Amino acid sequence: MDKITTIQSRFVPMPIENIDTDQIIPARFLKATTRDGFGKNLFRDWRYSNDDESQPKADFVLNHKIYSGEILVAGKNFGCGSSREHAAWAIKDYGFKVVISSFFADIFKNNALNNGLLPITVSDVFLQQLFQLSPADTLTVSLEAQTVCIDKSGQKESFEINSYKKTCLLHGYDDIDYLINMRTAIEQFEQKVA
Amino acid sequence: MAKTLFEKIWDKHVVKQIEGGPSILYIDKHFIHEVTSPQAFKGLEKRELSVFRPKQVVATADHNVPTLNQHLPIKDELSRIQVQQLIENCKKHQIELYGLGHPFQGIVHVIGPELGITQPGMTIVCGDSHTSTHGAFGTIAFGIGTSEVEMVFASQCLMQTKPKLMRINIEGELNKGVVAKDIILYIIAQISASGATGYFVEYAGSAIRSLSMEARMTICNMSIEMGARGGMIAPDEITFQYIKGRQFAPSGESWDQKIQEWAALYSDADAVFDQEIHIDATAIQPMITYGTNPGLGIAINGFIPVAESIPDEGERHTIEKALQYMGLESGKSLLGLPVQHIFIGSCTNSRIEDLRQVALLVKGRKKNAHVQVMIVPGSQQVSKQVQAEGLDKIFQEAGFEIRQAGCSACLGMNEDKIPAGEYCISTSNRNFEGRQGAGARTLLASPLTAAAAAITGVVTDVRELM
Repeated sequence: MDKITTIQSRFVPMPIENIDTDQIIPARFLKATTRDGFGKNLFRDWRYSNDDESQPKADFVLNHKIYSGEILVAGKNFGCGSSREHAAWAIKDYGFKVVISSFFADIFKNNALNNGLLPITVSDVFLQQLFQLSPADTLTVSLEAQTVCIDKSGQKESFEINSYKKTCLLHGYDDIDYLINMRTAIEQFEQKVA
Repeated sequence: MAKTLFEKIWDKHVVKQIEGGPSILYIDKHFIHEVTSPQAFKGLEKRELSVFRPKQVVATADHNVPTLNQHLPIKDELSRIQVQQLIENCKKHQIELYGLGHPFQGIVHVIGPELGITQPGMTIVCGDSHTSTHGAFGTIAFGIGTSEVEMVFASQCLMQTKPKLMRINIEGELNKGVVAKDIILYIIAQISASGATGYFVEYAGSAIRSLSMEARMTICNMSIEMGARGGMIAPDEITFQYIKGRQFAPSGESWDQKIQEWAALYSDADAVFDQEIHIDATAIQPMITYGTNPGLGIAINGFIPVAESIPDEGERHTIEKALQYMGLESGKSLLGLPVQHIFIGSCTNSRIEDLRQVALLVKGRKKNAHVQVMIVPGSQQVSKQVQAEGLDKIFQEAGFEIRQAGCSACLGMNEDKIPAGEYCISTSNRNFEGRQGAGARTLLASPLTAAAAAITGVVTDVRELM
């Protein structure tokens, strides 16, 4: 898994609440058997008319060249619905490293963390401030300091992450590395409860 | 110390508690299917690992299978490859597979309970958010992502942070025409699509106790639609009677011992929940959704909220966006809205009791000429039962089409899609934009409400036909 430390970047604003994983990656693209290449179908039905890449929808933010960056900023309850990890893969594959919202659905949050995509929960007030910024403004996310900073104003917001997950992301470890080393303890547990 | 049902099960499954971090939680049963497992098998192989406890894994093919001609090779190449890969992976790792053509095949959350694999007190996971269904048996059951599927393959464990606990008490008798689906749609409409995020929910109260196991499964199934990680109901005599005698249920002495264990699975009288909600069952009417998340539901004889009158800007925007997509208007009733499709199926409502309710209503009636009605039984066993009880004849005479088991038009992954712009009353669990096909407009409702609309061709209060 990729390490995450500090990211300074412009961001893509998506001030829509309850963005579900069916929008992030529609079910018809879940037929793949690898984790790669989902980025081109990210928000497919919001991005293109008639499922046609030559017909981008002008009003959708990913089709605006003025917006760019490695940070996606979205309305509350982001990633609700289906547990499909393909949603996290698609966001990562498209080039985002961080998603900021005021509220994440549980399964999406876990899926993101398991793929080195950092979900950051901020206050509603701070989220609204981000939506007011201009496309050229940049944010600095520090996982070590657990802060998001609006570079222009220097305004900072802290975020929470459990210390275990933080260590994993900073070093690029995943849970499987940890769990495999636990196999003996797991076997003992099985014998105890049997 | 007094414990909740959740805590009794959770505490028994913690292998280790990490300081300042998650618990290592032991998983008793792991269900897998073709869509969210291939990358997990690949990951495992990349690490040169085998499946740690293959006997605790059960596989089926459901999400991406055709519901017609299942005996023939799958036409869609990508789907065929995905299903084939499941067959190969299961063979290689010695995992029991109830694949296409097997008498036990079906929607993963239908077959687990009907085969007696799902039992009280277990921890159960599956790479599918509706795994909460199994909570109806007094289990901790929740959906996981593919990386977590890989973790369970590798260690039979997951790293989990203990969720907060919510109890939803539903007291009182249900009104005529109100079934389990209406109860859960009502709850979600009350607390919103994110109202239980971060929580694990226990459903309790006299209205829940009076429900059959299949009805309880419908309720637990949609826990995720209000953001809850899972939902559960304390097992009781109804639970035990359902499990008894099923294929993989305990028997003989082992049964007696299990019954004793299971009978202790309830929340102690003075157990504390982080949040408690009380709902009056008599306030619930048959429900239907008008929007693009399952929280946007109203009583069938109610009115769509007036978007402009909603103070919260985000919420107002959500409803405006939803109504635009749905082609519906603020403040209007849905009754009389012409619909083109009826889908009766999915892990929410495709069990034999659902289909019996539908059959009872449509017996001797015919579908409206302008609607297409598709019934997709949840499993091969349900299909068999439909035939044994002669329900298939009733459906055929009504002009309904009966398909073979699978997830089908619930998520529109296979060919079973609703065309853009058309309305579908669906007994499934999600009405998200494009869920049943790009541009499709989904109205979630109970099997009874779906059946009523099949007959009239418009959104109908089922009580008028009862």
